Amino acid sequence: MPAFRDIVRRIDSIRNTQKITKAMQVVAATRLRRAQAAVQATRPYSEKMLEVLQTVGERAMEYKHPFLVRREGKRAVMILVTTDKGLCGAINVNNIRAATRYLNEHYPEGQRYVTIGRKGRDFLLRYRRDVIAEISGVADRPTVAEVLPAISVALEEYTKGNTDAVLLCYSKWISTMKQESTVTVLIPAEIPQREAEGKGPRADYIYEPDPESVLDGLLPRYVETQVFQAVLENKASEYSAKMIAMQNATNAAGDLIDALTLYANKVRQAGITTELMEIVSGAEAMRASS
Amino acid sequence: MKYPLRVVSVERSLFEGEVEFIIANGADGELGVLARHAPLMTILKPGPLRIQEVFGGPEQVLFVGGGFLEVLPDRVTVLADVAEHADEISIERAEEARRRAQERLAGTLTTAEETEFQNALAMAEARLRLARMRRG
Repeated sequence: MPAFRDIVRRIDSIRNTQKITKAMQVVAATRLRRAQAAVQATRPYSEKMLEVLQTVGERAMEYKHPFLVRREGKRAVMILVTTDKGLCGAINVNNIRAATRYLNEHYPEGQRYVTIGRKGRDFLLRYRRDVIAEISGVADRPTVAEVLPAISVALEEYTKGNTDAVLLCYSKWISTMKQESTVTVLIPAEIPQREAEGKGPRADYIYEPDPESVLDGLLPRYVETQVFQAVLENKASEYSAKMIAMQNATNAAGDLIDALTLYANKVRQAGITTELMEIVSGAEAMRASS
Repeated sequence: MKYPLRVVSVERSLFEGEVEFIIANGADGELGVLARHAPLMTILKPGPLRIQEVFGGPEQVLFVGGGFLEVLPDRVTVLADVAEHADEISIERAEEARRRAQERLAGTLTTAEETEFQNALAMAEARLRLARMRRG
């Protein structure tokens, strides 16, 4: 049976850990709110861009921009978004698994990665996968400038003809409790159909310089926007998962402290009982001998 | 007469309000937009976007790294590229991203060296920002 003092020391240590996990939980909650606000802030741009793409697309229907054409080959570049730090549940593992599985299934011939986030990068490098560019240390409030280099490397590979598709894998934020690894195909790009009739601008624009050039300019931006939004959403997923993980740790620590406290008290009482017994039997022995 | 103007970048909204006149750098040259302008969709070149809430009055200048201008019968929207789109620094950063991946793969890059790489890059960016501010 361990000494009372040792158990108490252990309880104190766990209590300190609990304070840390509690703090991390609170910080993650704050950061989650900020990340969600960042996602919201991109919506005016991305919604308008989609609207314009749909209108221009209808106007320049025969024009097949290289980003819209499906290629025959089975090579792909996967942009994999993960976190830099750990302690955020299973989102990184899930992203990596989803990405590698998708590539193995659909693009077996050439599999290359561009990583945003250290966790994905380190995993892929350890398993000797082909990582052609990496970004790490993305800020809490990511900027396009930080993410652009990764995107441009991937797009360059496509325009040079070194690959046949560009894919994206990140954690989609569904709710505080649920984040889902998602793979989307960036190129060949699919512009979703316009929903309601009469919602989009029916007035035909004057195009400067011409509809095809406008489409040329819009499509890369459309891809960039999707990647940027994915990075922001992954941040939100990161902080949700971290919040839940830390909350579980805090609760587990609490349970452990309760159980250990009970045990410590039992040990303390057993010690007192033993002492008493010794005193009593010692006194008895002395009385018997005299 | 005023019309609603929105200038948004993918990161945030840069301007929202009612204005009488704006001057933008279109693909075919500089253009001004007053109320009731014909519907238009043009590529913008990197440069200043000048906003006059009152025609001929005080001007607000936003720098865009390029983008798109959409004029509709009832409103005008600018989809602005971030400044970095027009910057030389983007190419450097892409090269940097490639190089780091290669070095990591080869196992030749230590964490200290990686930090050094990033510091040098940050310095170059700061110098570029300063130059841009002075130029603007």
